[in-house]
Amino acid sequence: MRVEITVNGSGRSDDVEPRLLLVHYLREVCGLRAANVGCDTTSCGACTVLLDGVSVKSCTVLAVQANGRSVTTAEGLSGVDGQLHPVQQAFRQEHGLQCGFCTPGMVMATVGLLAENPDPTEQEVREGLEGNLCRCTGYHNIVRAVLSAAGRLPAAGESSGSSAPGALAAPGALSAPGELSAAGER
Amino acid sequence: MSILGTRVLRTEDPKFLTTGGEYTEDLVDDRLAGAAHVFFVRSPVAHARITGIDLDAARAAPGVVAVFTAADLTDVDPISPLPGYTAGMTATLLASDTVRYVGEPVAMVVVEDPYQGEDVLELVGVDYDPLPAVVDPREAARDETLIFPAAGTNTVISYGEELDEHLFDDCEVVVTRTIRNQRVAPAPMEGRAAAAVWGEDGRLTAWIPNQGAQGSRATLAKMLGLERDRVRVITPDVGGAFGAKFGADPEHALVAWVARAIGRPARWSETRYENLLGMTHGRAQVQTVTIGGRRDGRVLAYRLEVLQDAGAYPRMGAFLPSLTRLMTPGTYDVAKVESVARSVVTNTTPIGAYRGAGRPEATAAVERAMDLFAAEIGMDPAEVRRRNLLAPFAEPHRNGFGALYDTGDFPSALEKALEAAGYDELRKEQAERRARGDVVQLGIGIASYVEITGGGGESGPPNENATIEVHPDGSATILTGASPHGQGHQTAFAMLASEELGIPVEKITLKWGDTDLVPRGGGTGGSRSLQQGGAAVRQASQELLDVARERAADALEADAADLRFDVSRSAFTVAGVAQAAVSLASLASTERLFVHTVFTAPGATFPFGAHVAVADVDTETGQAVLRRLVAVDDAGTVLNPLLAEGQRHGGIAQGAAQALLEEVVYDADGNPLTASFADYPILSPTEVPSFELVDMATPTTYNPLGVKGIGEAGSIGATPAVQNAVIDAVAHLGVRHIDMPTSPRTVWRAISEEGNRG
Amino acid sequence: MIPSRFEYVAAGSAAEAVDLLRRHGDDAKLLAGGHSLLPMMKVRLAAPSVLVDIGAIPALSYVRVEDGQLAIGAATTHQAVSTSPVVRAQAPLLAWSAGLVGDPQVRHRGTIGGSLAHADPAADLPMTLSAVDGRVVVLGPSGQREIGADEFFLGYFETALAPDEIIVEVRMPVRPDQPWGYQKFTRRANDWAIVGVATVAGRVALANMGPAPVRARSTEQAVAGGATATEAARLAAEESDPAEDMHADAPYRRHLAQVLTRRALITAGVPA
Repeated sequence: MRVEITVNGSGRSDDVEPRLLLVHYLREVCGLRAANVGCDTTSCGACTVLLDGVSVKSCTVLAVQANGRSVTTAEGLSGVDGQLHPVQQAFRQEHGLQCGFCTPGMVMATVGLLAENPDPTEQEVREGLEGNLCRCTGYHNIVRAVLSAAGRLPAAGESSGSSAPGALAAPGALSAPGELSAAGER
Repeated sequence: MSILGTRVLRTEDPKFLTTGGEYTEDLVDDRLAGAAHVFFVRSPVAHARITGIDLDAARAAPGVVAVFTAADLTDVDPISPLPGYTAGMTATLLASDTVRYVGEPVAMVVVEDPYQGEDVLELVGVDYDPLPAVVDPREAARDETLIFPAAGTNTVISYGEELDEHLFDDCEVVVTRTIRNQRVAPAPMEGRAAAAVWGEDGRLTAWIPNQGAQGSRATLAKMLGLERDRVRVITPDVGGAFGAKFGADPEHALVAWVARAIGRPARWSETRYENLLGMTHGRAQVQTVTIGGRRDGRVLAYRLEVLQDAGAYPRMGAFLPSLTRLMTPGTYDVAKVESVARSVVTNTTPIGAYRGAGRPEATAAVERAMDLFAAEIGMDPAEVRRRNLLAPFAEPHRNGFGALYDTGDFPSALEKALEAAGYDELRKEQAERRARGDVVQLGIGIASYVEITGGGGESGPPNENATIEVHPDGSATILTGASPHGQGHQTAFAMLASEELGIPVEKITLKWGDTDLVPRGGGTGGSRSLQQGGAAVRQASQELLDVARERAADALEADAADLRFDVSRSAFTVAGVAQAAVSLASLASTERLFVHTVFTAPGATFPFGAHVAVADVDTETGQAVLRRLVAVDDAGTVLNPLLAEGQRHGGIAQGAAQALLEEVVYDADGNPLTASFADYPILSPTEVPSFELVDMATPTTYNPLGVKGIGEAGSIGATPAVQNAVIDAVAHLGVRHIDMPTSPRTVWRAISEEGNRG
Repeated sequence: MIPSRFEYVAAGSAAEAVDLLRRHGDDAKLLAGGHSLLPMMKVRLAAPSVLVDIGAIPALSYVRVEDGQLAIGAATTHQAVSTSPVVRAQAPLLAWSAGLVGDPQVRHRGTIGGSLAHADPAADLPMTLSAVDGRVVVLGPSGQREIGADEFFLGYFETALAPDEIIVEVRMPVRPDQPWGYQKFTRRANDWAIVGVATVAGRVALANMGPAPVRARSTEQAVAGGATATEAARLAAEESDPAEDMHADAPYRRHLAQVLTRRALITAGVPA
């Protein structure tokens, strides 16, 4: 099947089989190998790219579903002269990467998160990145990188945003709504 | 201004952030043009005889290059167990007549296009005649069902002496408990992979993600029956390892074998399912701790009995209890300590090294024992520890099991951690919640730890080599036998060289992992790289200056003794003669300027620390949430705080993950229930808070840098601190122990059962 | 990791999709966001030979209020549902529920129709549809029909949809002023619920307490009869048939159902 997809700003036209996953289209057909495949169950997010500006896991999108749309990968974030995008720069500044395998996906998920929520708290950052797994960093510096990119990184010694360290909502108690209203009342 | 101890940003980052790392699956290389793709048929049953393999449909499928089984591997030998292990527990690259764990490779299909691989796998028919599966190591230890009949036993190896039945005679109080240090999966984000091609000279070039190309080459060569010099291993970027990418697995050797058999390059990249079944697992000990002492808090005797599950084919995992044994007493000064261990095979994935490799198990055991003792005598767990920690020592301290702690101040580490955590305030809050009968209770967990890093090199005492060359353009290249996979050696080692040679960090390139370029090396693991590899870089830098000094003396027609090295200019100058200077770069332009050296350490070093974890436990549901983790990790002098903190964070997260969440689960028939990231609950960003790191640095005298190893410390301290915190939260309800992982059901069951008893 | 081969057809309208399903029969499956179907195809638990893509039909993605009903196009993404000011105002429980499905990337692709048709009893939206007394509007070769939540979910991954029918719309009464409660008990944030509870307007629905969402009718009757949340919640598991798995056995699930139902009822305004 023929697909017409804009990748990092350039239009492309390719013949693909229907079952070709978008992540493999990007890696093998376009030669853009920053996005990685890290799991089989849409869990890890190492394949995250932007599809029409929103973050998606490219392992769970068929290339044919991206027909007529635009895709942005980590390679498309930096400037023409290799200048780092602010999110990429923040990840470097805060040592938000170690082995780098999850990093392109983590960066793209961050770009998507900040586009929807430009001013997140630490809690919102952690929840906003719950689709991206990292084994090396323990997430501590990734959270700092995202807060830094959002202009919210506190000075050394202070806690981040409105949550003190450890101010997590209990995962088992995702109950009363946050910003919607208190506990289901008007 | 010294660069050492400063937060230098990683020079390797721009690539990782833009085009991404170049991992094995990413490789585009002329030598791999036309590569075929290897896919493995794996056993779906835990223990069975193979009675037939039907390959006809597979062979006839479109795009199939070849199909192979064990019968085709006529030119390779079985893999013998390591020395000291029971004979007869032989592994083969592909299972021939018996499979012993779900996931064991049975056959290979080779296809033109990777998308065809799984189509062809479906066409291979294997007949299995099931045998009884032994999954619980306690059952394996009874030797009723033998996994290797030829071996005559399921026991791989034992460690320790006969137990003294009077060990606890003088104790007022004795507590004993059997606890689990559960099986976990290293699960690096990049799984295993390989690419291989044979040259016309009959030499193999293999790209595999690894933790030490030299060790991988040795293992590959052995598996294929080759001399080492017939094998070249090249290390692409590696997406994490955590101990499970040392050496080589059968699949790596098989990909190489396929390339030779088909006369074309061959490639393989595993799925996450294969990774969770086929990469070695970690931990998996059943432990019985017995601790006794006086009611005033003094511990007089401690015994640790370990039953190690080695998995189906004994590898490194069977040996790791000897490290557990080595570190049995931990940071404590206990008069009588005994430690024994036994490793047994089971019908499960083989066990290998995983971040800490044997030492977390020792710390977890003694820290649980301390809390059990504290609960029994009704004393605060911090106070019990204070009364039993080794005092700070000026001379290296022998721990009774062969470990010689180089430097350490365990009481200070504990006090620093408690203070940073606000321990007294936490106990106050806990008391208030208990008095109110809050649904959500607070738990505080403590762990004091010491661990062994930087053990032996490829052979002999701990050592690592480095080669430094300065180039005419003023840049430099370092060759190291270490093997970074996220640790930032490129930046750290460049800092060390830059400090000595005055060359900016950005102009220093680190190379590693190509056995043609670096034939010797111990790799990266056991937290050895900075203390040995970094020390070697510093040593090489200084030796290079010695060589350069002689040449500079000639060049400047001066006495070598009159020369000064001006780091800020990277040049030798003559004292008192302003214009007389010659730079390293210009010396390099007249003659190659390089030095190769080996740094040998006197022995292993012993980082130490203390962690305090704070957890909330919902007593109605059993849900435990980690609120805070305060960590003191003293690994001596800190070269780059940015990198050191990153290692601590990562270790703490993995340690907490084991306590709270992660476990590889098999059913009674040996079927894995956690073979995906949906089922294996690898930690996500919402399960852990940001961590609170406290600085403490007690240098070692074993290397000029004063550094010990930091890579594994976090995972050693955090696991017991978090486990202890969860138990502490419900201790007032009568709970004395909860096995890891402290899942909601497990916690709730402990509350219901133990609470009802009290 | 790679699905079996299939043919792919992009449908331009719901009617065209129905026609394609009718023609290909059991060999065909619908593809909307693909985040229920593609994961199954990638591990080869599903292997349809034809995929009919309805994900790009603009006419199937909308949020409207008409005649006191909230009407949502079947191909509306979870993200759109959870962030829609209309849904947040008129059916805040649904907005909350949709915002908890999976993770952000999943929510950008997964659709309300897809999730309901997938009918995983542990998922958020089937339980929510039951709690809000919602209906699916279904188009087939012989026309359109509506199916209520309690008749729609028949068992594990099984609905009342015929093989040639597609969900075109999801409807529920608007309830802008009704207090509601929601509990999703997980180990990790983006896991499926070990047990879930949703309650509004006197209805209580449970997730992962049986092969389909379970209406806790004994609890509902107790509340209607003036019982406290604590008393009513004791009956939460009466109608359930919870399965056992790695995370929970039946007794623990029943216990969780009681605890979580009590909490949900309290936040929905039932006296403790």
